[in-house]
Amino acid sequence: MPMRAALILLAALALASGPGSAAGKDPVRVGFLTVNSGALAAGGRQMHEGLTLYLKQHGNKLAGRDIEVITLDTAGQPATTRTRTQEAVERYNVHVIIGPLAAFEALAINDYVRQAKVPVISPSAAAEDLTQRNPNPWFVRAVGSSAQFNQPFGEYAAKTLKYKRIATIGDDFAFGHETTAGFQRTFEDNGGKVVQKLWSPLNVADYGSYIAQIKPDVDAVYASFAGANGLRFLRQYAEYGLKGKVPVLGNMTTVDEGILKNMGDEAVGVVSSGWYSAAIDNPDNRKFVEAVRAAYGADPGYYTAGAYTAAMFLDLALQKVKGKVEDKEAFMKALRSVHVENGFRGPIRIDEYGNPVLNVYIRKVERKDGRLQNTVIQTVPDVSQFWKYQPKEFLAQPVYSRDFPPAKHLEP
Amino acid sequence: MRFWLVQSLNGLALGGLLFLLSSGFSLIFGLMRVANLTHGAYFMLGAYVGLSVLNAGYGFWVAVAAGAAAIALLGGVLERVLLRKLSGRTLSQVLVTLGIAFIISDASLLVWSGDPMPLPMPPSLTGAVAIFGGYFPRYRLAVVGISLLVAVLLWLLLERTRVGAMIRAGVDDMEMARALGIPVPRLFTAVFCLGAALAGMGGVLGGPILSVYPGLDMDMLPLALIVLILGGAGSLPGALLGSFFIGFLYTFGQALLPDLAYVILFLPMVAAIALRPKGLFARAA
Repeated sequence: MPMRAALILLAALALASGPGSAAGKDPVRVGFLTVNSGALAAGGRQMHEGLTLYLKQHGNKLAGRDIEVITLDTAGQPATTRTRTQEAVERYNVHVIIGPLAAFEALAINDYVRQAKVPVISPSAAAEDLTQRNPNPWFVRAVGSSAQFNQPFGEYAAKTLKYKRIATIGDDFAFGHETTAGFQRTFEDNGGKVVQKLWSPLNVADYGSYIAQIKPDVDAVYASFAGANGLRFLRQYAEYGLKGKVPVLGNMTTVDEGILKNMGDEAVGVVSSGWYSAAIDNPDNRKFVEAVRAAYGADPGYYTAGAYTAAMFLDLALQKVKGKVEDKEAFMKALRSVHVENGFRGPIRIDEYGNPVLNVYIRKVERKDGRLQNTVIQTVPDVSQFWKYQPKEFLAQPVYSRDFPPAKHLEP
Repeated sequence: MRFWLVQSLNGLALGGLLFLLSSGFSLIFGLMRVANLTHGAYFMLGAYVGLSVLNAGYGFWVAVAAGAAAIALLGGVLERVLLRKLSGRTLSQVLVTLGIAFIISDASLLVWSGDPMPLPMPPSLTGAVAIFGGYFPRYRLAVVGISLLVAVLLWLLLERTRVGAMIRAGVDDMEMARALGIPVPRLFTAVFCLGAALAGMGGVLGGPILSVYPGLDMDMLPLALIVLILGGAGSLPGALLGSFFIGFLYTFGQALLPDLAYVILFLPMVAAIALRPKGLFARAA
C-alpha cells in the first residue's frame, strides 16, 4: 500500500507539473473513506459496492472527466478517520470526499473539513447536528438524518396503526438515541405514550435480560438497532416467544436489506421506516436492484443505496459546474443545490442546511419469491429533517438525545 | 416472581456460555502463564466453522464437534509452532497471541464476509417453555445443561485421571513437575488444544444466541478476562463460579441498574484486583 500510494502521489505530481495539464483534463480525485476491517466492515463493503456500481455504469467518467477513487480504510475509528481525511486532502489532493460511514467518524473530521474547505458527501453518517444546529458548509448528506425517517413513523404508529402504548429499545449510542427520540416525539404528539425506554450497549453480549423486561401489555415495541444488532435482537425476541404477541416496529437499519438476507421468519411482519427499500416500485429502482443483484448477489440496503446516491450527487454537481471541480465554491454550491427529479429513491432536493428533503417509506417485511423484502406499504413524500415543525422552533430545542424529548409517560 | 425467575435463567444461560469460553482460557493461563488473547478469536472462529458445517448440510451437533476439533487443531499448531519458541517470554507471548487474534479476525472477514450471520438452532431445541406465565427459550436451558455437563467432565478429567493430576501439578509448581519427569511440553500442547477446543465449541453453541459477526471475538475476550480475574487462574471451580457470577451480575445489573450497564462488569474486577489479586474463588496455594 505505501508503495502504491507513493506511485499515485508521483503520478499526481507529474500530472500537476506537466506542461499539458489543464483543469478538466486530470481525473477528478475522490477520497472514499470507508471501513474495510472490524465490526463495521460489512457496511463498508456495501458502500464500496454502491459507489463502484455507479461509476461502472457511467464508464468511470462523470461530466466528461475521469474519476479516480482513492480508497482509505478508517477502520471505524474516529482518530484514524481524522488522519485518513488529512491524508486524502494533503497527500492525494482529493477534490471531494465521499464518506465516512459512522456518525462519530463524521464528527471527528468536522472541524478539519471546515478548515481544509474540502467538499464532503456523506453516504451514511446520519447525526442530526451535522446539518442542524452546527451545519458544516462543506458537508452535504445523501441520506436522511437519524430522526428524519422516524418522525413520520411515530405519527404513522399513532394514527394509522392506532397504537397507544409503546416500549422502545435501542442501541445506546447517538444513532439509537436520535432515531428513537424522533419516533417518540411524533408518536406522543399524536396521542401515543412511550411507557418504557430501554437502552442496550452497542456490544451487549445478550439481549435476554432486556427482552425479559419488556412490558408484556404494550401495543408494540419500537426497536432501533444498527449493524448486526437487529439480527440478534429479532432472533432472541422470537426465542423468548414474544413474536406474534407484541408486534415490532423498527428503524430502517433494524431490518436493513444488508442483514435481512440472513434473517428468517423472526423478521417477517416487522414494520419499519426508512428513506429507501429495495422493494420500491419504480423503474429506476427496479433497474438499480437488478444491477446490484447481478453484480453482488444481494439486495441493496442502507449503505449501498447511500453510496450510490452520493455518487449520483457528485455526478449531478459535476455536470452543473461542467466538470470544473477545482472551483471549490462553485462546486460546493452545486452540490448543495442538487435536485433529483425522480430517481430510484424518488425526488430528492437539498435544504439550506445540506440535508436532503426526501421520500420516507413505511415498509413491512414480507417473504416474496423465497426472499425477505421490505414491502412498501406507504410513501410519505417530501419529508424534511424538521418534519412538520418550524425549522426555527426545531433548532431552538436541544438536539435529540437519550433524554430529549423527555419521556413523561414512563410507567414503573 | 416471573422477572426474577426469567432473569435468573438468563444469568445461568449466559454463565454457561461464559464457562465454555473461559474454562479453557483459565486452564491455559494457569498452566502456561500465557494470557492467550487469541481466545476470543477461537470462540468466533469456532462459530464460523460451525456455520460452514451447518451450511454444508450437516447437523448441529456435528457442527459443534467440528468447531471444537478445528479450533483444537489450530490451537495445537499455534502452540507448537509459535508459542513454544517464546516460552518464558511472557510479554512476547501475549503480543503474539494478540497479533494472531487480529489475523484470525481479518481472515474471517475475508472468508465469511462481514455480514452478521445467525446459526440455526437444532430443531429439537427451538421454541420456548412456559414458566410462571412467562416464557424461556428451550435452547438456553440446553446451554446451561451442556455447560454443567462439560464442567463435570472437566472436573473428572482434572481430578480423576493421570493427565489431570499432571496438569494440576504443572499449575501448582511447574519446576517441580518438570523435575519429577512430567512431560511438560506435551502437556502444554494438550492443554492448549483442550482450551482451544472448549472455546471453539462454545462459539458454535453460542452461535444461535449471539450470532456470529466480525467483532464477536473482541466482545467475548474481555468477558473471559474478567472471569479469569474473578475466578483465579487455572482453577476449574473458580472458572465455573466466576462465569455464573458474571452471568448473573451482567443480567441483573443491566436490568436493575441500566445506567451502570457499561461498568457493572468491571467493578467487581477492580475490587478483585485490589483486594484479592489471586481471584475471589482462587484455590488456597
